[in-house]
Amino acid sequence: MNAGATKPASAAAPPRPAASVEDAPHIAGAAETAAGTGAGVPAGPTPTTPPAIDITGLTVRYGQVTALEAFDLQVARGETVALLGPSGSGKSTVLKAVAGFLRPTAGRVRLTGRDVTHEAPNKRGIGVVVQNYALFPHMRVADNVAFGLRARRVPRAETARRVAEALEMVGMAGYARRYPRELSGGQQQRVAIARALAIRPPVLLLDEPLSALDAALRADLLGELQRLRADLPDVAIMYVTHDQTEALALADRIAVMRDARLVDLDATDRLYRRPPSEFTAAFLGAANLIPAQVVRDCADGAGDAQARVGALTVPADPARAFRAGETAMLVARPHTLGIEAAGADGTLPATLTGSQWRGATYRLTCLLDEPSGVEVRCDVATMDGVPALGQPVGIRLPADPCVLVPTGTQR
Amino acid sequence: MTATATVAAPAPNPDPPSTAPKPGRPHAQKFVNSLWILPPLLLVGGFFLYPLALVVKQSFIAKDGTVGLGVWRETVDSPQFTDALWHTVKIAVLSTAGCLVLGFFLAVVLAFVPFPGARLVSRLVDTILAFPSFLIALAFTFLYGTAGVVNAMADELGAGQPLVGFLYSPWCVIFAEVTFYTPFVMRPLLAAFALVPRDRLQVAASLGAGPWRVVTRILLPEAVPALAAGGSLTLLLTLNEFGIVLFIGAKDVTTLPMLVHAKGAVTFDYPGACVVAVVEVALSLALYGLYRFVFSRTGAARAGVVA
Ligand SMILES: Nc1ncnc2c1ncn2[C@@H]1O[C@H](COP(=O)(O)OP(=O)(O)OP(=O)(O)O)[C@@H](O)[C@H]1O
Ligand SMILES: [Mg+2]
Repeated sequence: MNAGATKPASAAAPPRPAASVEDAPHIAGAAETAAGTGAGVPAGPTPTTPPAIDITGLTVRYGQVTALEAFDLQVARGETVALLGPSGSGKSTVLKAVAGFLRPTAGRVRLTGRDVTHEAPNKRGIGVVVQNYALFPHMRVADNVAFGLRARRVPRAETARRVAEALEMVGMAGYARRYPRELSGGQQQRVAIARALAIRPPVLLLDEPLSALDAALRADLLGELQRLRADLPDVAIMYVTHDQTEALALADRIAVMRDARLVDLDATDRLYRRPPSEFTAAFLGAANLIPAQVVRDCADGAGDAQARVGALTVPADPARAFRAGETAMLVARPHTLGIEAAGADGTLPATLTGSQWRGATYRLTCLLDEPSGVEVRCDVATMDGVPALGQPVGIRLPADPCVLVPTGTQR
Repeated sequence: MTATATVAAPAPNPDPPSTAPKPGRPHAQKFVNSLWILPPLLLVGGFFLYPLALVVKQSFIAKDGTVGLGVWRETVDSPQFTDALWHTVKIAVLSTAGCLVLGFFLAVVLAFVPFPGARLVSRLVDTILAFPSFLIALAFTFLYGTAGVVNAMADELGAGQPLVGFLYSPWCVIFAEVTFYTPFVMRPLLAAFALVPRDRLQVAASLGAGPWRVVTRILLPEAVPALAAGGSLTLLLTLNEFGIVLFIGAKDVTTLPMLVHAKGAVTFDYPGACVVAVVEVALSLALYGLYRFVFSRTGAARAGVVA
């Protein structure tokens, strides 16, 4: 499920809290000495290698509008970090600042220790893929892919070889003589990826590369991106998306953004399993958030924590320290909940208000009796034994303790 | 007006029901609809084709009334004519080339280099399109004429002779025409550039292309249709430019329109004027034909490109 688990490279990229960045700059020298082999690509990941991308305090303002506020993120060589967040949260702004398409109001961008904050985009050597492909319409596919190599004055034969190689990589070798307008959307996006890869960038930035494609094609290309990721063990990738499926499938770590800020950053599976905030829980995996009272003082991750929902007291897994009586949110993914007859022992009383067939599962919506008005979504495999719409039901919480997160935006 | 009668002759059918079959309606309707083209036809015929026909006819009738190619032979053979033709083509081609180069780079700057007041300049470009062309010549005279601002300043500084004699050379005519007609090239270019997605240029830059490469490899190819449109319009207009040439009054610079004016209004050689005018019209039409031909081909090839 999590791509990170399949890749040895991710081991070199221990998740780091966003704040601990001070150690990054002064170890630049180690990377330079290590970079003996290969055209400018630093050698294997060592603890002293500076991150491939190092963003500190990045702030972007357009007049009164703050598009990005004090953003910190490090991406290690070979690591994929997904920027996930709702529309307008500043994801593209981060990418544009790293690529050099905009001038940040404050903050620094370093690539393998080299400060590029004020460097022109054509000097940075970053591969960029954007949502609408941005292919050059008057050039054939091969010329599109060769563009970066020609700009770098790579010798002719070498260019031809690398163009063929890049097109091969994305499965577009047969289309070299076509014009972009003669390709489908998915094919155009492959060419855009090949064009970015042809220059062999140490850093690849992808801004919602699949969002202009239909669902089936998106799934296809997602698989290809995973394969491509495995073929590029040294490339640091920043992947912007508002689709959690893409983030879960591709990323080693996920950075969740909201309102121009980084809200959460952690390894993909950890962020999914133990979301630290209400926002991340809801955004990543569309979890149910059920208001609950903390029964007794508890520390972060305490094993004996309990929470009270309505008349029910359940074990909980606190995401931070809580005090007794505090209101918090129990995180429950729809597929972990069960529907039983009303009044069954240890269930939350609720009313079934809707059901939607989704093929593999039914998505049921229920309104809790206590606390009233809270909607809970629940995925079940079969409707056998599920009462009719409008009837009372009992919602069974998962056997494992639910994660307990603070309410609202507080941490 | 005789033109009315000749041009409209096939159209009037005083008795439609007689020719229409029994159901009548569709045919009658068609006939009524076809009447709509009469007014424009009359206008074109009366105000353009008829005078043009008169001019062509006049060019074959000498002053003494003899009909034939005499006037043509005489006029076309004169050094005055070949000179004017040469000047016309030279000035038009050089001015157009100047407009294309200057217009392209001004449009690139205006469209892609953010600077305060870019919108204002853009509006200004539109305004120039509405100006009469001789105004620019007048302005040039004020600036660079013998009694103009520049020479007056040079005088103050102690230079005895008029410093800038450039006003009276063909180059000044070209300079003035470039100044005036550049906006005609910029307008379609700015429209074309407005359609170029910014991220296309950004991606090109990220691939390692410097500004010059981005402009020449990405923008220029996309601007070709707009350049063709603006350039051919400018070439047509500069071929026929009269006001600027007349007002600048450069020595020894006679163009075809000037020659028409000289023959028709100064020496009263109407047949000669008509010959020159017909050549001028033919030149313009040929150019227009070429433009349509070229544009229909590149236009078809690029139809998908713009999308
Ligand atoms: N040129 C600009 N001028 C003013 N505000 C801008 C500009 N570009 C972006 N913004 C603002 O900055 C904020 C962040 O924009 P950004 O494009 O980074 O969002 P995003 O997370 O990529 O959203 P989406 O998922 O819709 O692409 C938005 O509120 C946007 O309105
Ligand atoms: Mg975006």
